[in-house]
Amino acid sequence: MSTAPATLFDKVWDSHVVRKIEGGPDVLFIDRHFIHEVTSPVAFLGLEGRRLKVMFPEKTFATADHNTPTINQHLPVEDPLSANQLKALEVNAGKYGISHWGLGNPKNGIVHVVGPENGITLPGMTIVCGDSHTSTHGAFGAIAFGIGTSEVEMVLSSQCIMQPKPKKMRINVNGKLGKGLTPKDVVLYIISKLTAAGATGYFVEFAGEVFRNMSMEGRMTVCNMSIEMGARGGMIAPDETTFSYIKGREKAPAGAAWDKALAYWKTLPTEEGASFDKEYHFEAADIEPMITYGTNPGMGIGITQHIPVEDGGSKASYDKSLEYMGFHKEDAMLGKKVDYVFVGSCTNGRIEDFRAFASIVKDRKKADHVTAWIVPGSHIVEQQIKEEGILDILTAAGFQLRQPGCSACLAMNDDKIPAGKYAVSTSNRNFEGRQGPGARTMLASPLVAAAAAVTGVVTDPRTLMAE
Amino acid sequence: MAYDKFTLLTSSAVPMPIENVDTDQIIPARFLKATERKGFGDNLFRDWRYNADNTPKRDFVLNNPIYTGKILVGGKNFGSGSSREHAAWAIYDYGFRCVVSSFFADIFKNNSLNIGILPVQVSPAFLDRIFRAIEADPKAELEVNLQEQTITILATGERESFEINSYKKHNLMNGYDDIDYLQSMKEDIKAFADKSVY
Repeated sequence: MSTAPATLFDKVWDSHVVRKIEGGPDVLFIDRHFIHEVTSPVAFLGLEGRRLKVMFPEKTFATADHNTPTINQHLPVEDPLSANQLKALEVNAGKYGISHWGLGNPKNGIVHVVGPENGITLPGMTIVCGDSHTSTHGAFGAIAFGIGTSEVEMVLSSQCIMQPKPKKMRINVNGKLGKGLTPKDVVLYIISKLTAAGATGYFVEFAGEVFRNMSMEGRMTVCNMSIEMGARGGMIAPDETTFSYIKGREKAPAGAAWDKALAYWKTLPTEEGASFDKEYHFEAADIEPMITYGTNPGMGIGITQHIPVEDGGSKASYDKSLEYMGFHKEDAMLGKKVDYVFVGSCTNGRIEDFRAFASIVKDRKKADHVTAWIVPGSHIVEQQIKEEGILDILTAAGFQLRQPGCSACLAMNDDKIPAGKYAVSTSNRNFEGRQGPGARTMLASPLVAAAAAVTGVVTDPRTLMAE
Repeated sequence: MAYDKFTLLTSSAVPMPIENVDTDQIIPARFLKATERKGFGDNLFRDWRYNADNTPKRDFVLNNPIYTGKILVGGKNFGSGSSREHAAWAIYDYGFRCVVSSFFADIFKNNSLNIGILPVQVSPAFLDRIFRAIEADPKAELEVNLQEQTITILATGERESFEINSYKKHNLMNGYDDIDYLQSMKEDIKAFADKSVY
């Protein structure tokens, strides 16, 4: 019997459908469920209201990250509301027998950093979390996406959610990335081409030479931001890079289980000739270091370019966006003053990101007027930063390393950019007020962030790099 | 959480002709710190609605008493960004039962349906007509008929149909949610889990 060539997405999705509802969604079984302090408390209240139990507590993992402080984590959390949410997570996890990496735990960190680094995230899985950047885990060839609190309650109580199957899109980027280019530039480039809603309704597979040559950290950065073009999620086929990243991690399969898993994972990649509802092709040679100038992640341009006169959307919305940013049409981005630099988040809070940042600030000094928040994605990343000597480079250049958490990416803790100030941020969203009421965000890579941090203005990192 | 059944809604509408209204605008992250679902309506569109000193911003539509109703009409790509269901809770808690736009972000649409808000996706041209009708008369009423899957501008009789899957439609019309459904198929889920490789 011959069957049509299948995609990675189809293979993973179809193998998790418990039931198809006529004219409705699929009932999808969930292999791994991550929870954090902000979007889970109401789900647990819901369980109690209905007198339901957690069906498979061993498939859910809790970590505190969204509103944890990034300094003095050994002290009690000052904000009573944040403290209350952190307490609720701890109590709920304890009550239902869910693994919990709270504040102070050596495994604690941003949920999308700690899942992969502890071997919880594996190819072929379905993974959800009450956080839109759950798409990060797609880097391993998993179907991973963000859900709302009602769905968190569904997964806790039944290990399933109900979802219509998204359409399929493939985005190919071929060629080799030039000097000063990072995975963040690749994904900001793609979003600038597709717009912030260009992949809504689709699940995206990233394919081509650029992703094949990319590290797992880089693939996570790319998949992380697939939601910023509206996609339900993004994924990359597992390969040797994936397998060598996973092997030996704490919760990864070992021994005979490893061999069996590996054999299965190798069957997952999209087959030759499989069809997609939509497909794009881009060339690495067309990409330069990227920066955003507006208030959605689709409003990005090459760092040497000028702000366009329109973005293809409504004029009123475009003008509102530039007015918020205090920018004008046809302004150059290079040379714009920078007040704050944020390096971290589930997008760019992994070891490679700090290596990249350090490569530029080494033997240079932080610009006096710049406030920099350097926030590792987890305690494991923090430890690596120390062991690799990156902390010494940062300290010599006048930077301080903070403690792990989501921090200024969404500014739920005290790490808020003040109103009217400009931040170059390695995070994922430049929405109005995202990094604090009135804050003005320019999204960019860790290299662009480093160049801004040492010069105090938007600077092309390539001009600071050796040949 | 249980919600009121949705069948027929006739109401004036609040116009917000802005594109890419993201969930950080609908409810900023600093208001996500509650451990219970209540009071989110007070902070709906917080930073567009209030100045830093908590005085209302006069030019924002929710502060303009001529616009009222249970229907919010937004520009394209409404609800993009974060998965926070709090955005849908804030809209519901404020008193809206229906959001109309020419394009919705996926997670926001799911979250809305899960808590009893009906997202109605119309064509860009029809969205324009709605905005014009409200501009002409701020009290202009829209009729949203879930059974028939239609939305009508009552003043002009202009009508368009909208899509919703029959499962979700049935849920909304009866006030059911997915958790009820999933609880009814626990045996199937257990059997499936037994065969799972993870």
